[in-house]
Parts: sequence; C-alpha cells; structure tokens
Amino acid sequence: MLWNTVFPYLLSGISVGGQYALIAIGYTMVYGILRLINFAHGDVFMVAGILMVYAVASGMPLWITVPLVLIVTSLIGFLIERAAYKPLRSAPRMSVMISAIGVSYTLQNLVLYITGGLNKTYPTIPWISDTVEIMGAKTKLVTVVTPFLTVILVVLLVLLINRTKVGMAMRAVSKDFETSQLMGIRINSVISVTFVIGSFLAAVGSVLYFTNYPTVIQTSGAMPGLKAFVAAVFGGIGSIPGAVIGAFIIGIMENIIKGLDVILFKAGIISKPLGLATFSDAFTFALLIIILLVKPTGLFGEKATDKV
Amino acid sequence: MTKKTTRRPSRAAILSFIIILAIYVLVFVAEQVLPATSMLFTVLKKGATYALVAVSMNLLNGFTGIFSLGQAGFMLIGAYVYAMFTIPVADRASVYQYFNGGIIQFTLPWFLAMILAGLVAALFAWLIGLPVLRLKSDYLAIATLGFAEIIRAVFQWKELGPVTNGSNMLRLFPNFNSFNITDADGHVVVYLSTIVPFLIAGICIGLIVLLLHSGYGRAFRAIHDDEIAAEAMGINLAHHKRMAFCISSFFAGVGGAMLAMYQTTVQAKSFTTAMTYEILLIVVIGGVGSITGSVCGSFLFVACSEWWLRFLDNEQFIGSFQVPLLRNGFRLVVFSIIIMIVVLFFRRGLFGTTELPDLFRHGRKESALK
Repeated sequence: MLWNTVFPYLLSGISVGGQYALIAIGYTMVYGILRLINFAHGDVFMVAGILMVYAVASGMPLWITVPLVLIVTSLIGFLIERAAYKPLRSAPRMSVMISAIGVSYTLQNLVLYITGGLNKTYPTIPWISDTVEIMGAKTKLVTVVTPFLTVILVVLLVLLINRTKVGMAMRAVSKDFETSQLMGIRINSVISVTFVIGSFLAAVGSVLYFTNYPTVIQTSGAMPGLKAFVAAVFGGIGSIPGAVIGAFIIGIMENIIKGLDVILFKAGIISKPLGLATFSDAFTFALLIIILLVKPTGLFGEKATDKV
Repeated sequence: MTKKTTRRPSRAAILSFIIILAIYVLVFVAEQVLPATSMLFTVLKKGATYALVAVSMNLLNGFTGIFSLGQAGFMLIGAYVYAMFTIPVADRASVYQYFNGGIIQFTLPWFLAMILAGLVAALFAWLIGLPVLRLKSDYLAIATLGFAEIIRAVFQWKELGPVTNGSNMLRLFPNFNSFNITDADGHVVVYLSTIVPFLIAGICIGLIVLLLHSGYGRAFRAIHDDEIAAEAMGINLAHHKRMAFCISSFFAGVGGAMLAMYQTTVQAKSFTTAMTYEILLIVVIGGVGSITGSVCGSFLFVACSEWWLRFLDNEQFIGSFQVPLLRNGFRLVVFSIIIMIVVLFFRRGLFGTTELPDLFRHGRKESALK
C-alpha cells in the first residue's frame, strides 16, 4: 500500500535526478579543469529553454529546432568562456568566480529584457510528452526516457574522455594546468571543448526538464543550477560518474521530501501535514554542508593535498 | 573616516571629516527643500542600506579574505527580527491573520529591535561558522550560500507561522517615514526619513572603520594576505575568522532591518541569492578592500538601477525617429554590460584599496592601509 504512495515520487525523483546529472556534468568538468564554480551554467540551461520557446514559436519544424537549440546553446557556452573567463586566466580564482556571477546576472537580465519578465510556456514536444502508466502511476514519457538517455550520454562522454586525444588532453589539464601547457597541449581549445560539451548536455537537460515543468522564466535556471552543483560536489568534484550518482541521489531525496507529508500521513506516523515540502530545496544544501564537513572530496573525488 | 596612528589628526583626515559632514548637512537640507516624492530620496535611503550591507560584506570578503555568499540570509534574519518585534500589538491580529495574531504580544522600540536584529544574525553566524569556517575559498562560498537558502526555507515553514508568519508578508512595522516629525494634523514639520538611515549606516560603518584600524583589523588583514604567515605570527585563525564572520553578520542583520524599513514589508522569498550577488557586485564595483569604494559603489549601483538608467526602459523619440531597442528591461541589460566591463577590465573597481583620506595625500596612495 505504502509503495503506491512512494512510487510516483520516486519516479519523478529519478527523472529530475537525470536532468540534474546532465547539468552537473558541466559543473564538474569545468571545475575539474579551471577550478571555477561556473555560476552561469544554470543560466545557460535556462537560456536553452528560452531558445526552444522562441525557435518553436518561429514555426520551424521540430527536427530542426531541437538540434538548432543544442548547437546554439553550445555556441553560447563557448562564447561565454571566451568573453568572460579567458581574459582572467591569470587572475586570482575569486575574480573569475565574480565574473561568473556577473555573467549569470547578465544572462538573466538579457532574458528578462527579451521575454518582458513573463513566464513563457514551453512547447510540447511530441512523443516524450505522451502520458504513460507505469505500475499504476501516471506520468509523462520523458520521466522514463530521462534516466536512460542520461546514462547513454554519460557512457559516450566517458568514452570520449578515456579513449580520444581530446579526452586525454582534458585529463592532463585537470591534473596539472601548467605542466600540460608546457607539454604542448593547447589549453584554450581544451577549455573551449569542455564548455561546449557542458553546455550541450545542459541543453539536452533543459529539453527534458522543461517538458516536465512547463514554463520558463529568467530565474528558472538558478535553483536547478545550484542543485546540480551540489550534486557535483556530493559525487566528488571533477568526477563524472560521481556527479551523475550524486544528481540521482539528490533528485530522488528532494522528491521524496516533497511528498514526505503525504507518505508519513499514509503510513500513520503523523496525523496532520507538517508542511515539510518547504524543505525540499533546503535539504539539498544541508546535504552539501554535511558532505563538505564529513568528506570534503565527495564520494568519488581524489584527495587533494594543500601546498604552501 | 580613518584614524592615524599619531595623536593629532592629519590634514587629510580633517578634510575627509568635513566632506562627510557636508554630505550629511546637504542631505538634511535637501530633504526639507525638495518634494518628498523625489526619486533622489528613494536612492539615498536604499543606497544607505546597501552601503552598510556592502561594507559588512567587504569586511569579510575584502579585508579578511573569507569569501562568503551568505549575506542575504543574515539580512533576512535581521529584517525578520526587526519586523517581528516592532509590529504594534494592535495590528498583530491583521498581520498574523492566519496564526491568531502570533505568539509575540509585545513591541520593542525600533532601535532596540534593530540591535536585536544584529545580535540574532550574529548568533546565527556563530552557529553556522562552527562548521563552515573550516572550509576554504569556493567551498566556503557555496556552503554559506547553502545556509542562506536553508534559512530562507526555515523562515517560510508554516509550523513556525506564529513567530514568522510563515510565507506571508510582515507589514505595518515602523519604517523610515515614521521618523518624520508631524504636527497634530499629520502634516510633516521636519523631514527625517532620509537622514536617519544615513545616521544609522554612518554610525555602523564608522564602527567598522574603527575596528579595521584596531589590532583585530590588522589581524584580519594579515589573514587576508597570507593565512599561514598570519598563523605563524601568532594570530589565532579560528578565533579571528569567527569574529570577522559574526561582526560582518551583525551589520548585515542591521542592514536587513534597514531594508525592512525601506521596503515597509518583509517576505522571506525576496531574500534570494540574487540579492547576495547584487551586493557582491557592488563591492567589486567599488573596489574589494575599500570602505569608501563600497559606499560610493552602492549609491552608484542603486542610482543607476533605480533612477539614472530609467530612461532606457521607456520608448524615446528623437524628432520622429524612434530609438530602437528601448523598452522595459533594457536598463538592466545595459547595466549588466557595464558591470561585466568593470569586472573584466577594471578589476580594481572605482577605488581599488584607497580610502577617502588617501585621496588628499599626494603621492602616498594606499598608505593608510599598509
């Protein structure tokens, strides 16, 4: 009986987890290479959503709009890196972080200007918006598709990183920035590739995410972005499998907490709702603080030594 | 603003003092002369509020080198504590309408409530600091940001409704306009609604400046320059970091109370990370490590975003030619581009690490801080 109450929350948790995972990869890769929390990444994710709204509104067929949005978002990621992070390559890390916050502010204001600050309805994408019934729980097909697509993309990415020359360069740069430069690796192009991949995955994530949450506004990217970052830290920053597992755990826990009132009520533990759903966002951050204190390197992170 | 080590105040210090005094007199006179609805006063009130919060953030991020992004959380605590304790008892039934008038059934005078706001924020900072201050650089940033979000969620929890009013608005507490002196008919005799926030912010910033020039301040700066060297010199890192964090949060709490007065209403959902980012950008524009910079930065920031760039939001015509692009929201786009230019190309900000008195010392810039 209780399973029937928990299952829908679990299901949407897995789905959201997959979407967070796609965003988290962008964070973890950039942090691995530049040691930068790319605060603008969540906003790139939101911009992908807005692009989709306008692309569909312009009347193009879907088989053009989806690839177009993915490509344009990757391009935006590339341009942001070139314009806002590259000039600060030798600056202190905090300056780059402030620049990232500035980019986030700029993207949000730009979208505010374009949309007029109104909620934009996300277009319905056929097939993945269809309703299906799994074990008595009604949901959109996207919920089922997300985890599989996420796993496929992650496997491809891991192959890219482990088997190709670019991937090898990425690993080298994340191990030691300066030495790899001396070894003749063109750091700037490696960093650009990282941003392109990260933005591409964020765009895929946005297509899946906004199919479930049907409106986009300039602030839509902030929360998923922060949560994906927490997922990256939780899994061990710099580790891709870690980010994915962290994202799934956070997605599931968050949705369970959203339904905790109902679940506890059905289980007979509480007699009136406590409004615990308020804490679904706060929980993520509590988890972050606990993991930072107990195991700062995360689940799969490498141990870093401090040098004087 | 700054005290020199010698007993006799220097020419630069006297000049700075005169300038600050002149600004206060100007503000007071302007308020009596100009219409109260003038945009200038909105900017001045909000600017004074943000100046205090920006300076408190600069104390932490610029002077001590602790990169904290929890400012909005401490402001929220300050705003709520102030509002909760100053709503008149008679109005509580209507404000806490879903919670039977709430459980706090007394009111404190505004200045006591304001100090209490700071103290509660500092207490929270002490508790949060226990785990968080062990972290370094960007991990500390993200952890403090996380705490701010947790605080926001806790204050909206409906089980705490009798105290915090849940996710509903707190209102009807004394605001800046309550400082105006009125006659029996309700006509304003003396306008004080702008000079009072100026005085509050001025006193608080003055205290921070005094602190920075004390032994503690020098210890903070030593930590900022090199933690390991500072520790080797016998500075207790944990103690000093905790102190900087609590003091900064105290003033952020007072700033939050001022923001509550400025806004006349308080709602937890408005204290988002975006607010922290705004304050951080103010600190960067003014110059990380300059009190004068943070103060000027916040007035500039508020004036640009609320007033001077307003014309960009409306359609403009030159003759019969309509200027393209101008419509609602364009102001913010221009504004963010200016900020990006400052962040990328003028990393020292307006003032770098110079303070007001340094401007009068020819060829000896930055000497006061070294």
